[in-house]
Amino acid sequence: MGNVVVDVMLKSEILDPQGQAVAFALPRLGFDQFTDVRQGKRFVLTVEGEVTDEVLAAAREAAETMLSNPVIEDVVSVRAESPLDSSSAESQA
Amino acid sequence: MRIGVVTFPGSLDDHDARRAVRIAGGEPVTLWHGDDSLHDVDAVVLPGGFSYGDYLRAGAIARFAPVMSALVPAAKGGLPVLGICNGFQILCESHLLPGAMIQNDHRTFICRDQPLRVENATTAWTSDFQLGQEITIVLKNQDGQYVADEPTLDRLEGEGRVTFRYVVEAGGRNPNGSYRDIAGITNERGNVVGLMPHPEHAVEAGYGPSLDGLTFFTSALKSVVNA
Repeated sequence: MGNVVVDVMLKSEILDPQGQAVAFALPRLGFDQFTDVRQGKRFVLTVEGEVTDEVLAAAREAAETMLSNPVIEDVVSVRAESPLDSSSAESQA
Repeated sequence: MRIGVVTFPGSLDDHDARRAVRIAGGEPVTLWHGDDSLHDVDAVVLPGGFSYGDYLRAGAIARFAPVMSALVPAAKGGLPVLGICNGFQILCESHLLPGAMIQNDHRTFICRDQPLRVENATTAWTSDFQLGQEITIVLKNQDGQYVADEPTLDRLEGEGRVTFRYVVEAGGRNPNGSYRDIAGITNERGNVVGLMPHPEHAVEAGYGPSLDGLTFFTSALKSVVNA
């Protein structure tokens, strides 16, 4: 079983109300060093077997046609999930 | 004159839209998201609501519903289509109209009577209005901020395709942050119109702020007769 990770972000010129809400709230907790926050979406697509080039190509097409709207969003990356993506590895990083 | 109203999972205003069609003198026809036929209707309304829970993006999943595989080519062929609120979002996601809708800039849901200015009185859904006429109908949405890149906005304005603009007091702001105060737009041919506010809630005395919504539906009935 393999996973493909797709990251989508609002284009930089599009206002991000969710990110702004977070940005306004952070200083209340003492986090005053962050000047901006932008919030994106991560999709994890699971396949049976290995993540082949064909699987990645299909994921890229899905990302462009449905997972993102090119008018307002960019597909930042489409990649096979690496061992570093597991939560335990992230917490150690 | 048969005007279809599509029901998606999560549609809210399909009943009111059918009622508006009936009050305007048309025959409302219930269309189903999972049915890839338009059943020979003369026009279609995509109603407001939260199709598929607005998951992914508002209108993004509805765009791929079976009924849309029939609607998109029909709309490109000239069938009058009105997208209201979530229906407008679906039309943008389907690329029948340019641009996209994102969350209101103030991040809160809005529900109020909203004055609009008619900026194009030649479309299938606005021909009974006067150019420049001010109307008041209900606005209620979460993701109502219309956005598009500058060349697209310039093209819409240059081609007279901005159909409705929010009426904004001097020094004031429009209700959701929409670029250039745009409340509704049309396609090149003028048969597809999308807008955020809700004409179907302003068709009957005693309910809603006016009867201005009725004019959308009477315009469509005339455009079908004249087609």
